[in-house]
Amino acid sequence: MTDTSVLEHDKEAGFGDYVALLKPRVMSLVVFTALVGLLVAPVDVHPVVGFASILFIAIGAGASGALNMWYDADIDRIMNRTRGRPVPAGKVTAEEAFAIGIALSGMAVVMLALAANIIAAALLAFTIFFYAVVYTIWLKRWTPQNIVIGGAAGAFPPMIGWAAATSGISMESALMFALIFMWTPPHFWALALFMKDDYSNAGVPMLTVTHGRRVTRNHILAYTILLAPVALGLGMTSIAGPVYMIAAVAMNLWFVKGALEIQRRDEVQAEADGYRTEKAFFRFSLYYLFLHFGMLLIEATLRGFGIGGW
Amino acid sequence: MGLAKEHEIHNRRFGRNLGVGLALAFLVALVFGLTVVKVKVLDPEIAAKEVRQ
Repeated sequence: MTDTSVLEHDKEAGFGDYVALLKPRVMSLVVFTALVGLLVAPVDVHPVVGFASILFIAIGAGASGALNMWYDADIDRIMNRTRGRPVPAGKVTAEEAFAIGIALSGMAVVMLALAANIIAAALLAFTIFFYAVVYTIWLKRWTPQNIVIGGAAGAFPPMIGWAAATSGISMESALMFALIFMWTPPHFWALALFMKDDYSNAGVPMLTVTHGRRVTRNHILAYTILLAPVALGLGMTSIAGPVYMIAAVAMNLWFVKGALEIQRRDEVQAEADGYRTEKAFFRFSLYYLFLHFGMLLIEATLRGFGIGGW
Repeated sequence: MGLAKEHEIHNRRFGRNLGVGLALAFLVALVFGLTVVKVKVLDPEIAAKEVRQ
């Protein structure tokens, strides 16, 4: 063994690099929202079946992440935020990422069908197709509305969790979908406002690049205003109650206020304070989603004790 | 460097194999657990028969 061959091995992947292919941070959000969807459903799920369902939903989401890393390796190499991912870092080949993505997708869908039901499995298959093909391959590099469309893929997990419990789709699960769907654009566009150069260097048509930052600010406000009735509408359904409603009213007022501030500012003001308002809005958006779903969980727990709900 | 000496790469490969092995073992256990639950708890006919016995 020569010294150079030892050096080449420095790039050989460890187990953690394969885990990183599945985007564990995105996965944690998927696990949380899918779990809420499953637990708030009016059907009792056996714990083992529930655990298996959430696991296979998470693996399916991870698999679509691996497919995304396979296809996007070229632009991931350019953006600071994604340069350290296993494929651009040279630890895992793009072909390997593709093989893992396809294999895990198939496994997750089949296992979810067996563990839960065919409706949940079909929704999972559609989500993977939507994220890997419709978003990553077709639309991400083509339209500045990419974020809106990508958001749909991220919005499916609570619907899949609900379907795993009830074998169906309902007003409640559609509104949980709509909540994440409408939340994603303001969340990501706020990020794009202060992560400026990354996307333009990679040639991804972010709204900030194609239509300018003024238009992006206006879009953030528009989507935030449209998001509020969805969040409050979810509060009227059977899975919510006063606790959710009070929290939702407070959070939506705060969110709209933040969006209004973003809309009123221009780049000079934002540069001057280092994008403080945009960063605060982005940080709050994470709590916003987490707390809405957390409140649904609290309502479900309260219902277990015979209180809560409408 | 003697042949017996462990290079860091061997640790990394061992870690990878261990990870895959544990993941597969976990999957086997989960499928077994699911089978038991589906047959014994969730299948009304079998559950009813067991209650009668």
